[in-house]
Amino acid sequence: MEKRAIEVDIKVPNQTRYLSLIGRIGEDIAKELDKFGGDRETLAYHINLVLTEAMVNAIKYANAEDPDKMVHIMITIADSELTIRVYDDGQGFDINSIPPPDFEKLEDRGRGVFIIKSIMDSVRYRKIDGGNVLEMSKRLH
Amino acid sequence: MNLNIETRNEVIIIYVKEERLDAHNSGDLKSEMQRLFEEGKKNILVDLHDVRFIDSSGLGALVSGFKNAISHQGNLKLATLQTQVKSMFELTRLHRVFEIFPSTAEALENF
Repeated sequence: MEKRAIEVDIKVPNQTRYLSLIGRIGEDIAKELDKFGGDRETLAYHINLVLTEAMVNAIKYANAEDPDKMVHIMITIADSELTIRVYDDGQGFDINSIPPPDFEKLEDRGRGVFIIKSIMDSVRYRKIDGGNVLEMSKRLH
Repeated sequence: MNLNIETRNEVIIIYVKEERLDAHNSGDLKSEMQRLFEEGKKNILVDLHDVRFIDSSGLGALVSGFKNAISHQGNLKLATLQTQVKSMFELTRLHRVFEIFPSTAEALENF
């Protein structure tokens, strides 16, 4: 890892009460980026949002709302690229199999994955030893 | 979750007194709106002045309230959205669905 890279590794219980803590950490990281020339407030909101949506997918679907499981999040910033990895140790929930929302229909649910894909440049979900990882990257200009 | 509720000119105003409206707390707002429409209330205004962050679950709770309003021949409108919150409605095209007002007073004039 290069010397100027930032890597934040967090584990929290599989509960939605920790969403704001993780979101806040994401926002703080966005505000610390020294090279980022864009709109920092929007970037902070977007990182908070992607972390929140990805964690909710892990908590509710991949880990089936089991409060004894853990969610593992890794945020990396290196070479002008932000990568967020959300690990689950559940059965998995492949977000790439979720269709985009039908904007003509008013559904209560189904916007989370669309939001992640709108904000991030690449999104992939893959199996790893003992679980799965949702890996999302965004180039920072 | 912290909700302040008051009635003005037969409109129920729900002030969401939370910084975040997300998957952790939006279920409370959803049930509160459902309860009010089931009680026979017709007009609800949700004031989001204090909400700095909304996620897809928060948007979903408001969509649920909107659909509840329609099924009870009522109205659900929104007021005082912060910039980033408003941009979430635009991203998900929900700004075409909801009537959104810059102030509570303007929203009240339009019920």
